[in-house]
Amino acid sequence: MSAALFEYLLRLGDNTLVLGHRVSEWCGVAPALEEDIALANTALDFIGQTQMWLAYAAEVEDKGRDADALAFRRDVWDFRSLLLVEQTNGDFGKTLMRQFLFDAFNVLNLTALVGSADVRIAEIAAKSVKEAQYHLERSRETVIALGDGTQESNRRMQKALDVLWPFAGEMFVVDAVDTEMQKAGIGPDLAALRGEWVAIIQPVLTSAMLTLPESDFAHKGGKTGVRHSEHLGHMLATMQFLPRAYPDAQW
Amino acid sequence: MSDLKKEWPLWEVFIRGQHGMSHRHVGSLHASDEEMAILNARDVYTRRNEGVSIWVVEAKHIGASSPDQKGPLYEPSNSKVYRHPTFFDIPDDVGAM
Amino acid sequence: MYAQMIKSEATLDDPEKLAAFQARIDAGDKIEPKEWMPEGYRKTLIRQIGQHAHSEIVGQLPEGNWITRAPTLERKAILLAKVQDEAGHGLYLYCAAETLGVTRDEMTEMLLDGRMKYSSIFNYPTLTWADMGAVGWLVDGAAIMNQVPLQRTSFGPYSRAMVRICKEESFHQRQGFDIMMKMCKGTEAQKNMAQDALNRMWFPSLMMFGPSDKDSTHSVQSMSWKIKMNTNDELRQKFVDQTAPQAEYLGLKIPDETLAWNEEKGGYDFAEPDWDEFFEVLQGNGPCNVERIEARQKAWDDGAWVREGLMAHAEKRAALKEAAQ
Ligand SMILES: [Fe+2]
Ligand SMILES: [Fe+2]
Ligand SMILES: [Fe+2]
Repeated sequence: MSAALFEYLLRLGDNTLVLGHRVSEWCGVAPALEEDIALANTALDFIGQTQMWLAYAAEVEDKGRDADALAFRRDVWDFRSLLLVEQTNGDFGKTLMRQFLFDAFNVLNLTALVGSADVRIAEIAAKSVKEAQYHLERSRETVIALGDGTQESNRRMQKALDVLWPFAGEMFVVDAVDTEMQKAGIGPDLAALRGEWVAIIQPVLTSAMLTLPESDFAHKGGKTGVRHSEHLGHMLATMQFLPRAYPDAQW
Repeated sequence: MSDLKKEWPLWEVFIRGQHGMSHRHVGSLHASDEEMAILNARDVYTRRNEGVSIWVVEAKHIGASSPDQKGPLYEPSNSKVYRHPTFFDIPDDVGAM
Repeated sequence: MYAQMIKSEATLDDPEKLAAFQARIDAGDKIEPKEWMPEGYRKTLIRQIGQHAHSEIVGQLPEGNWITRAPTLERKAILLAKVQDEAGHGLYLYCAAETLGVTRDEMTEMLLDGRMKYSSIFNYPTLTWADMGAVGWLVDGAAIMNQVPLQRTSFGPYSRAMVRICKEESFHQRQGFDIMMKMCKGTEAQKNMAQDALNRMWFPSLMMFGPSDKDSTHSVQSMSWKIKMNTNDELRQKFVDQTAPQAEYLGLKIPDETLAWNEEKGGYDFAEPDWDEFFEVLQGNGPCNVERIEARQKAWDDGAWVREGLMAHAEKRAALKEAAQ
């Protein structure tokens, strides 16, 4: 049970860690100051959520590690992040589309986790879900506006959707860990969230004049750690540089 | 300089905080429309405090009698404790900082 | 400072109006955008506030350089929040300048094509994590020294922006010093890193206050208009007096053999920075001038379709609304 719980918490924490890192890459170079500040807020929320998820994961693991050790001292194969959040930022459109697809899932998942049988998870989810709702509000508005805006912005948003779509399905893939969590009343039935997720994104994409790709093919391997993207290794090389180069230092 | 693309208009932002009696002008920002202006105001001027009410008015619609002399209000977000100087424990003997 | 070498504009206005304007400033009145002001006052302010705003924005880059490499989750959050604040400072200041009849996009274009400047300090590279400490401690420290008095500047919107900015700045310097303390109490490598950062950042920090008063010809008018509150040398002295004991506390050595307490003047004697280097950096020959402007240019160009897209959507919505009425 605690092995599955640890695994489950890593999934939650690694998603926010990796996506927070990606979003933070925009700091200083966003299309407008207002967007720069907003993206930084989003990244800050994710870093905060990461601290909570990974701290709890470390407690559950009970091997003397803490959130920082989990974030900065694990290699790629020990990460449990979704392939979607590992994808590179690309242009602002790709970043916002990735954000929107994840936000819609995140709100549903966290809303379910607020009622988790695990009190700590319920608490973290309760704090995080408010942030996630705001993220969704903002990414939804932006996706609609850019999809509807100019020919150029529509073209870029459609391209972003096409590129990211094959990575979206992994959010709803259920494996043994998810099943165990669901049976224990800790986590939701992910497969069942998919319908609600489509109900959130479909009208937005329609208002944004964007077409959902027909294929539901989904890449897998991120959340199980079996086969991550190549991008993740590069991200970790950057992110983990200092603790790795100076293993006995405190910061 | 007039060959610039159409610039996002300027908005004036008014916020009523949790304990505020009425909305106060906190500053300005740029946004393409009212919806974005409200979202931007939340990100720029509240750093996401819950329970605040935000008004935005496009700057060109503000009628002014005489300029106000009041200083702006700033409420840092409660959950980002590190934004507060007292988060950092600087020893007294370092002197003022 | 963030606004270095601001040349005051000569003003050709009616002497009577000028005298009345000066009297208001002397009486401590705030000047508001729609009130009469000398043309020179307006132009000088645009240049100064604009340069200050540009410095905040370009200043995001050297620290932004380390956000993705911050060594703990907490340090990452703190640094990101700090650099985000600088974006906010730029935003507040651009808005203040805009009340004087220039738009943010116009000022951005002037930054990119070199008509407007930003502080020399941000043309130096950040090479190690200790630089995040040194920048917060020294660069934000120097900025605060200049910005605190500017809260009393005569132009209302500038003064209000400064009040807001100063509230945020104090955490910036302290987080920098906090990093330095951690480094100086840390491993040998960390101590070396901290000393190296101080060695590289010290003189560029002193340059922030601008050239020596004897070579700085533009201050008099700006000071009587209260858009410059102290002379360059006054502030530089104050900065050294504040910083030298802090360096000592950290166990670091300021890279200046001549630095010594002068009992008589009640302050430190110290070496002037290399002013030739300063002017070279201002001319565009600093270690990172090219990269900094390239980065800003790229962000501006890459963001164009987003700014246009959002605007086009807004216009379509407005047209729909109108048609429905
Ligand atoms: Fe909209
Ligand atoms: Fe600043
Ligand atoms: Fe600062």
